[in-house]
Amino acid sequence: MTETVNQRQARPADRAGPAAFPASALDHMLDAIRRRGFRLVGPVVRDGAICYDDITAAADLPAGWTDEQDAGAYRLRRRDDGALFGYATGPHSWKKYLFPPAARLLPPEQPPDRPFAFIGVRACELHAIAIQDRVFLGGQHKDPHYEGRRAEAFIVAVNCGEPGGTCFCVSMAAGPRAASGFDIALTELLDDGGHRFLAEAGSERGADVLRQMRARPAADADIRASRTVSERAAAAMGRAMPQLDLRGLLYENYGHARWDDVAARCLSCGNCTMVCPTCFCFGVEDVCGLSAGTGDGNPERRRSWDSCFTMDHSYLHGGPVRVSVRSRYRQWLTHKLATWEDQFGTPGCVGCGRCITWCPAGIDITQEVAAIAADP
Amino acid sequence: MPQTLEPLLRSQPFFAGLAPGHVALIAGCAANVVFPAGTFLFREGEPAETFFLIREGRVALEIAAPGRGALVVQTLGEGDVAGFSWLIEPHRWEFDGRAVRRVRAVQMDGTCLRGKCDTDPRLGYDLMRRFAAMASNRLQSTRLQLLDVYGHAHGS
Amino acid sequence: MRTAADTVRPAPPSWIQPRQWRVAAADRESADVVTLALTPPEPFRFQPGQFNMLSVPGIGEVPISISGDPAVTGRVLHTIRDVGPVTRALCALGPGQHAGVRGPYGTSWPLAAAEGGDLVIVAGGIGLPPLRPALYQAIGRRDRFGRIVLLYGARTPADLLFARELRSWRSRFGLDVQVTVDSAGRGWHGSVGVVPGLIPRARFDPAAATAFVVGPEVMMRFTVRGLLAAGVPDDRVYLSMERNMQCAAALCGHCQLGPFLVCRDGPVFCYRPLARWLGIREV
Repeated sequence: MTETVNQRQARPADRAGPAAFPASALDHMLDAIRRRGFRLVGPVVRDGAICYDDITAAADLPAGWTDEQDAGAYRLRRRDDGALFGYATGPHSWKKYLFPPAARLLPPEQPPDRPFAFIGVRACELHAIAIQDRVFLGGQHKDPHYEGRRAEAFIVAVNCGEPGGTCFCVSMAAGPRAASGFDIALTELLDDGGHRFLAEAGSERGADVLRQMRARPAADADIRASRTVSERAAAAMGRAMPQLDLRGLLYENYGHARWDDVAARCLSCGNCTMVCPTCFCFGVEDVCGLSAGTGDGNPERRRSWDSCFTMDHSYLHGGPVRVSVRSRYRQWLTHKLATWEDQFGTPGCVGCGRCITWCPAGIDITQEVAAIAADP
Repeated sequence: MPQTLEPLLRSQPFFAGLAPGHVALIAGCAANVVFPAGTFLFREGEPAETFFLIREGRVALEIAAPGRGALVVQTLGEGDVAGFSWLIEPHRWEFDGRAVRRVRAVQMDGTCLRGKCDTDPRLGYDLMRRFAAMASNRLQSTRLQLLDVYGHAHGS
Repeated sequence: MRTAADTVRPAPPSWIQPRQWRVAAADRESADVVTLALTPPEPFRFQPGQFNMLSVPGIGEVPISISGDPAVTGRVLHTIRDVGPVTRALCALGPGQHAGVRGPYGTSWPLAAAEGGDLVIVAGGIGLPPLRPALYQAIGRRDRFGRIVLLYGARTPADLLFARELRSWRSRFGLDVQVTVDSAGRGWHGSVGVVPGLIPRARFDPAAATAFVVGPEVMMRFTVRGLLAAGVPDDRVYLSMERNMQCAAALCGHCQLGPFLVCRDGPVFCYRPLARWLGIREV
């Protein structure tokens, strides 16, 4: 996995070693970040799911909630403790802030007035952001919208302690512990030592925030406890991607019968692409007259998330290139696990499991790969 | 005169690699012909007892369609062979063959050749393979034409 | 693959904001094809094979290959076939009106690498315009090439583009120009048949030839087969590919062709790495 392009975060921090603070002091951290001019965004319970939205204080976080996930299934459940980050991931990902679902290209949109601070970013999501950094900022042409939203973003990672039933980040080497790409990485500790956080700075400004909130140096026991959280999480993955040369496997199996099998189940709805934290396709459309939002009657150019599951995605004068569901599912899966590497130098999947959970047909990317691998 | 046509036949791409004995054999069925521009080498429906190896010029294979005039289906040029109806019953031409430009060709007598093929099945098989390859090639081209790949595609 | 993308270029202009270029002339080439001569606000340079994104405000934006002479920087030609709402609006523009333009984008024909041998250019239908800049450049350096062969196929004689120019290339620069159409009436004295059928009859040295091919994908597949059968090495055959393109900046994801992004890695591709992907349906 490549390092984030954010220079500030790549620079080694002023390492005073990990700090620790009680859960009740989380608001001090949030205040310190907000005072630096950031707009706080974090997990909240909404519409029966854990979503990302603006937050003002720790009280907005999903205290005491967890999620149960399986193929085509998601449900919130009460925990028997007050964990603030005691869930895996929800249907949202941070791309909705860095790469909003709809935006105006022309006339150019005003960038957000304040940079984002993302609170509660999982290791898989850090990898997803790094992947989108490569796509939107790593090539000859940069995406100014993404760049404007990404450049200053402050990232508070929270190491995953409660992987879901569809998680497989370990097998994608993308988790469960945050390794880079954050300003601060927290581990929520819920053992006999009390409800507290271990905090590691990943950047100068992350270290500043920890100093400002007067977090004490972490005890060895806290550091050990944090490691235990990650070890347990790594052992609790609900799914695993087969460990083999996926690129080689998929390149040799464009004609596999499994694509017909999955095409019979796939609804081609595009849910997987909408919840995927790395999917980046967008469509561009000119609108004019009453539908243009500027109100002055001048035409606008807009973009919005697109999905390779639509017919329009591959439309060429005369008709679409990928007519069958078989070819569209194959495009999506093969892009994630094989062609993405050729296109951008990274895999396109981080093992977050969202595409499995939110598939109305319960199609499981790990199972589809396993089926092809079993009979190549 | 057959002896003089032997080297000419050997130089025709269609007969490339044919056994020397066989070339000598078929040369006995060959004759040099010239068609001025606008004349017909053959007409649809007429008995097909010959085929032509085109040495120079261009032959248009045409179908006359009422109200649409003559449609050119394909043109043949130097090195091409015109006609395989001599080989296939009921031995009638399927198209008009019109000389677009002055055509010089070697005309092969199909009745004579069929007789030689009957007596020498190895020659018959060799010729059949060449005509089958040509027919398959023409069929493939026709399929491509049918696809109308440059056709208008008004979608959105 | 040797392409323009390998050469160092200054920071690219915005892929979002088009510039308005004035239409200097709009020439009808056939019933559904128009060549727009556009005047760039400043001298414009491009490599043969590259394309621009052309737009009409409120209607949309499409990739269009540049069809003029790369040595002419003050008047940039785009030959457009009316196949949809945006191309229809572009074809309807007249002198004095404006089109949105951004570019140039994409890889180019490897003319320098083709020098010293024969150049075989095979075009089908609206595939001729993207090849014309390469022809201009090759003619401008005529002595550096052996034979220059142009094999060109169209639907009917009325669809043939640049007819007068084809004749002048034949007579003035010793180009071997072979034209064929899919169907014709008696008035047509040329060849009727498909482009691949012209290959066995064309005179060039396959071992030392470089071939550039543009046309509908089916036509290109059969043409490449013909070129390989004639003995042209697969790494000396180049194609220009077409896919849905909405950004031309390798960002929007629409122009994927297996491991390639056509706007970035193409449109001009060497056949050898492309071969296996052309063989997969609906890829």
